[in-house]
Amino acid sequence: MNKFLTTGLGAAAASALPAIASAQEAVGMDQRINDIFAGSTGWFVNLIFMSLPGTNFPWIVLWLVVAASVFTIYFGFIQIKAFAHAISLVKGDYSDPDDAGEVSHFQALTTALSGTVGLGNIAGVAVAVGIGGPGATFWMILAGLLGMASKFTECTLGVKYRNEYPDGTVSGGPMYYMTKGFKERGLPLGGFLAIVFSIFTIGGALGGGNMFQANQAHAQISGIVGDYPGWITGVIFAVVVFAVIVGGIKSIAQVTEKVVPFMGILYVAAALVILIVEYDKIGWAFGQIFAGAFTGLGVAGGFVGALIQGFKRAAFSNEAGVGSAAIAHSAVRTKEPITEGVVSLLEPFIDTVVICTMTALVITISGVLVMDPATGQFILNEAGTSIQTIDGSSGVQLTSAAFATGFSWFPYVLAVAVVLFAFSTMISWSYYGLKAWTYLVGEGKTKELIFKLIFCFFIIVGAAAQLGAVIDFSDAMIFAMAVVNITALYCLMPIVKREMNSYFSRLKSGELKKFVK
Amino acid sequence: MSKATIIVGLDGGEAGHRALAFASGQAKLIGDCALKLVYVIEWSPFSFQTSEENDQRHKRREEELSLARTRIMDPAVKSVTDSGLAVEGIVKHGDVADILDDLAKKHSAQQIVVGRVGLRGLKERMFGGVTGRLAVASSVPVTIIP
Repeated sequence: MNKFLTTGLGAAAASALPAIASAQEAVGMDQRINDIFAGSTGWFVNLIFMSLPGTNFPWIVLWLVVAASVFTIYFGFIQIKAFAHAISLVKGDYSDPDDAGEVSHFQALTTALSGTVGLGNIAGVAVAVGIGGPGATFWMILAGLLGMASKFTECTLGVKYRNEYPDGTVSGGPMYYMTKGFKERGLPLGGFLAIVFSIFTIGGALGGGNMFQANQAHAQISGIVGDYPGWITGVIFAVVVFAVIVGGIKSIAQVTEKVVPFMGILYVAAALVILIVEYDKIGWAFGQIFAGAFTGLGVAGGFVGALIQGFKRAAFSNEAGVGSAAIAHSAVRTKEPITEGVVSLLEPFIDTVVICTMTALVITISGVLVMDPATGQFILNEAGTSIQTIDGSSGVQLTSAAFATGFSWFPYVLAVAVVLFAFSTMISWSYYGLKAWTYLVGEGKTKELIFKLIFCFFIIVGAAAQLGAVIDFSDAMIFAMAVVNITALYCLMPIVKREMNSYFSRLKSGELKKFVK
Repeated sequence: MSKATIIVGLDGGEAGHRALAFASGQAKLIGDCALKLVYVIEWSPFSFQTSEENDQRHKRREEELSLARTRIMDPAVKSVTDSGLAVEGIVKHGDVADILDDLAKKHSAQQIVVGRVGLRGLKERMFGGVTGRLAVASSVPVTIIP
């Protein structure tokens, strides 16, 4: 996977010609941070992305797809069966009015979504389409649809086995179902898995939940105001995040939580307008997506390349099977854990099937990917690692360029959106990371402060390092979480099935009713 | 069971006191009349929250309820009980207008009494105020005390 290194966005920053001496030193510092970082994480990245013997297919991708397929079949296509019921639950049709004031299904879903909708949908999709071609979109949608079943499984367990403390606060997540669920089924090693999972969660929080966000936020800002050293963005972000998670300045987080959904809606609306204006190309774009899915249309690695990219970026974007959502969803007020599982089905659907597909369609239609008009095949860049783009950009800048073909001012809106998305994802992941950290070392003010300081430090590292190194580490950690989490899900899925059958039979018999006003 | 029931909306302020004073007077005139005092903590299940707010939510809710009971509801209930009327205090989370109307239906109340809070300017024009929405949507007569 070292091929990503050559496609780094940060390379632009590193190769910029600094006008003043201090800036030159700063670029040198970015480079040093990057070298140290890439050097110390490379072995782990290689282990996670090891190919299956005799192929170039990473075993981890197969692991995720097989799991999502197993859950889909085991729960009888729950994502289709329970889809309408999920919407009904989110609307509050089944919520007891006497529980008003508690965390609603809608709130649990949107909180979890604000941790997942973000750069994965903007930058991640651009990386997937840039390397794997439009065909990657097909595999991304498929992975999103299958991933709904993984999400259902983990979120049901997250609520069922959460800890409720005497002071009324709750803590949930894979750590808790690994220990309590395994004990209930008489299985060994639950405690061990919980510890390993927590370690990887801390890594994921620092990687995908932090460095990747900081990195792409910097790329976006420097794309607009001109190149400047990444560590400056890092320090600014670190100070603001520090103010929120250490200083307890809740108003910043609350403002973000309220603005982010509107940015999400604005993003989808802009994509829709571009698609409506270019409606005559939508058929062609879907043609490219289907054709590319099975032939690759000349992209690096052919159709397997498209498939790997699609699955990887879908998993990174919606986090199905990773276990993070189980932490976010566990605070909901419900007597039936299965209801939260059903609600969580909507998460990969909104995140991947709707938003990621929009991004991919806009990139494909906008023509930012260079195509050979004679053969209809994509032209690769000089290194042969990804499709050549009209301005040589990748990641979030490619998405930005694609949207700019429709609205010339959109890069500015996107820059604000990216910064806010990055920020809200960081806040969400600092919480996931903290839960894992306190699970390992115990709760306490000083212990929590140590983690929060480490978290802020990594923001600076992430903004300074190059995209390739950051994305490799982020992917590796997120997928390492999935290795442990899915192992636990396999062991505990009979419990979910029992809950599911009981719930749906009571729903059918009319024992569970809608609350009428 | 009393013949008549009046729902009184409290807001923890002057407007609520006026509503309560008026409703108490009416109840005495009617004779066999119960008062249901209602205080609503504004809350929407469709707001956006952070993970941390979510895991503290149950605790906060209990705190909000107990604060509303001790600071607002208990003194109000006591003042009415002292004057010899049948009274019940209800504290709930949600939308004020919806909850007052729901409770009026549930207790088959004859009317809802609320105090007018003087919203002015843009805010009033945009949101219309609780009393305005209640007057428009209510299923029983609403008395608004100026």
